[in-house]
Amino acid sequence: MNLSIIFFIIMILGVSAYFAGLKKSLVLRNDKKLNSTPSYYGSILALNSSLSAIFFIILWFVIEKNFITQLENYRNYLYLFTLVAFLISSILTYKKIKHEFKARDNVEKIIKILLFACSSLAILITIGIFLSVIFESNRFFNTIPIADFLFGTHWSPQMPIREDQVGSSGAFGAVPLFTGTFLIAFIAMCIAGPIGLMSAIYLSEYASKKTRDIVKPLTEILAGIPTVVYGFFAVIVVAPFIRNTGEEFGLAIASESALAAGLVMGIMIIPFVSSISDDVINAVPQNLKDGSLGIGATKSETIKKVIIPAALPGIIGGLLLAVSRAIGETMIVVMAAGMSANLTANPFEAVTTVTVQIVILLVGDQEFDSPKTLAAFALGLVLFFMTLILNYIALHIVRKYREQYE
Amino acid sequence: MNNVKSRLAKEKRFQIYGIFSIILALSLLSLLFISIISKGYTAFNETRIQLPIHFDQKILDPNNTEEWKTIRKANFNKLVRNAIDEILPGVEDRNNKKKLYKLVSSSAEYKLRNIVQENFSVIGTKEKIWVLADDDVDMLIKGHINRNLPEEERLIDNQELEWISILESKKIIKKFFNKTLFTSGDSAESEQSGILGALIGSLFALAITLILSFPIGIATAIYLEEFAPKNNKFIDFVEVNINNLAAVPSIIFGLLGLAIFLNFFGMPRSAPLVGGMVLSLMTLPTIIISSRAALKSVPPSIKEGALGLGASNIQAVFHHVVPVALPGMLTGTIIGMAQALGESAPLLIIGMVAFIVDIPSAITDPATALPIQIYLWADTPERGFIERTSAAIMVLLVFLILMNSLAIYLRKKYEKDVN
Repeated sequence: MNLSIIFFIIMILGVSAYFAGLKKSLVLRNDKKLNSTPSYYGSILALNSSLSAIFFIILWFVIEKNFITQLENYRNYLYLFTLVAFLISSILTYKKIKHEFKARDNVEKIIKILLFACSSLAILITIGIFLSVIFESNRFFNTIPIADFLFGTHWSPQMPIREDQVGSSGAFGAVPLFTGTFLIAFIAMCIAGPIGLMSAIYLSEYASKKTRDIVKPLTEILAGIPTVVYGFFAVIVVAPFIRNTGEEFGLAIASESALAAGLVMGIMIIPFVSSISDDVINAVPQNLKDGSLGIGATKSETIKKVIIPAALPGIIGGLLLAVSRAIGETMIVVMAAGMSANLTANPFEAVTTVTVQIVILLVGDQEFDSPKTLAAFALGLVLFFMTLILNYIALHIVRKYREQYE
Repeated sequence: MNNVKSRLAKEKRFQIYGIFSIILALSLLSLLFISIISKGYTAFNETRIQLPIHFDQKILDPNNTEEWKTIRKANFNKLVRNAIDEILPGVEDRNNKKKLYKLVSSSAEYKLRNIVQENFSVIGTKEKIWVLADDDVDMLIKGHINRNLPEEERLIDNQELEWISILESKKIIKKFFNKTLFTSGDSAESEQSGILGALIGSLFALAITLILSFPIGIATAIYLEEFAPKNNKFIDFVEVNINNLAAVPSIIFGLLGLAIFLNFFGMPRSAPLVGGMVLSLMTLPTIIISSRAALKSVPPSIKEGALGLGASNIQAVFHHVVPVALPGMLTGTIIGMAQALGESAPLLIIGMVAFIVDIPSAITDPATALPIQIYLWADTPERGFIERTSAAIMVLLVFLILMNSLAIYLRKKYEKDVN
């Protein structure tokens, strides 16, 4: 017997409780008018009893690890007690069903509490993320000093298998990962920034409604393609193309060059940049444009000298959001970027990124206590805060800018 | 005058930049599609060879037991080899013989075993059966290996090429629709590998995601939009959290799954159950944000009408506002599900990346997901797997297109209803 069966039983019992409550209230209705409609009496009975059973199960699992495991066959007690909890609360509620019992108010109160509990879950998730990365990172920083991690320039997370092994002492200097991440994000922004911005400007200022209706959904397809597809595209088309072109000019380009990964990532975030730019450009008040056009400026002059300066904070905010997406992107770089850390700014060389290293450290056999695994959580912590700060700044700028024109 | 001319020229140039960047974006999109389709469309065919199999009683069931227990252990490979010897006779050299038998996929003997298991009466008879060809032969037949290359640069040598030409002239080597791709799990041999296992894994995970994130997301949206007290610090904090979660990189959710679901709660590794839970955390913000937008766009007169007739707040919301907003909420949910279907990074972290041959039958079985299968195959250098990767991508894209078109349809319908 497992949990899903328990829940199934609770469901069936709940349904029967509903009908029991309904029946009692229908009988009661014959002598005097009830406070609520009969179905509410059924609902309150079903809700009260199944919720107390479920609450009991949750309570059980919270304390199980600490107290109950000493008992023999302790899981059987769970089933028994759950049933008892259900029965007790259903009997108590059943007795309460009388003419003046405000069933509807009670049901609505429970519904509101449930809705509230659901919306608090968002906070729980954030706390969960926070705790999981903080705890493991803390353990990591107990073995490796935080300064070595943040400012060290040598990354080779392989721990020595034998004591006397040469060249695998396990170095955790993450600077090459940060530079690699930013190099690839920079290349991506060089592609996505101009293309996304220019296409947004063209679509919102020049294109006819018909063109816009066709082109906009088409560019949004780019946003819906899974990143693993972009990764495959990078490996199979873009990287060989770049390498071959480099050979023509006598350049030695690594087959996992930062350029290939960055380029493809740039393609991925074009629609992101263009849709945000589109929003902010459309938010620029029409009278600013009309004023500029009215004193004889051409359309492009209006765009360059009036619209873009006015929309600049919004555009910068949008670009920052795009950067945070590029930093956190995983599959493209896992497939197309390099595996070994390389401190370089040369886009033709292979670099590795924070996300690639997280994947490498965690995929495959792992012991949960080795610094190698824990390092992944430290990298996750850095990544989490980097994107959090970028998003915070970006949203702040965008909101400020919106207020300005509202 | 000259000044005006140069200004107009600038204007023109600026427009051209705009058109150029749109064309660039669209041509990159089409390049992506073209390269994947052109690499993958051949994977929907597979090459089979017709073998005259003699279900020899002496090999299968020499003692005439007619029991599956003994027949099971028979040397079915011998049947395949005998048949190959029959159509391409006269090969004596040991090495050559090995090469000869490798024309046919190693799955052939399993196919024969299945045939016998289903029907013992074939024992003793002779039948012509189409069996899978080896992946290199498959590549040659599909034209991915150039026959005119010098021998040392070709995967198929001259001797094998000669045998294949004999088979072709006898018309017993042919391309069929690739059923294997859709009916089997992963395999080390590209001709025997399929996406069914990954597809089922994805479906299980998506089902979990839907069950968890749809009710919770909608409940959150309803609470925040309809019942939450205004100007409350706690509610503001909830909203900030939701917006932040929407921007957290997906791999971080994988770390959460690993630390909390796997290590703290001890749930099974590589299981679609955990995958679905992680994905549901990721899709929650999407569903909440779009459901709130849908609720916001319901005309207030609907709620006010219900309240005016004496309905309680909850009744007004659940009986009148939510049904109107439901198509909009579903649109958001479908878009969230499409994202979850294409997502792979968090699944990598919780271990849904492994070589799994069996097709998962429960949500706690180890499994992969479709995007992960694509990632695994993309890592394999063989030409046969490149083809299958592209085919798997096409299948994934078809699912995504279907889901998104459903979402667009619902949105259109909803907009019409509300107005």
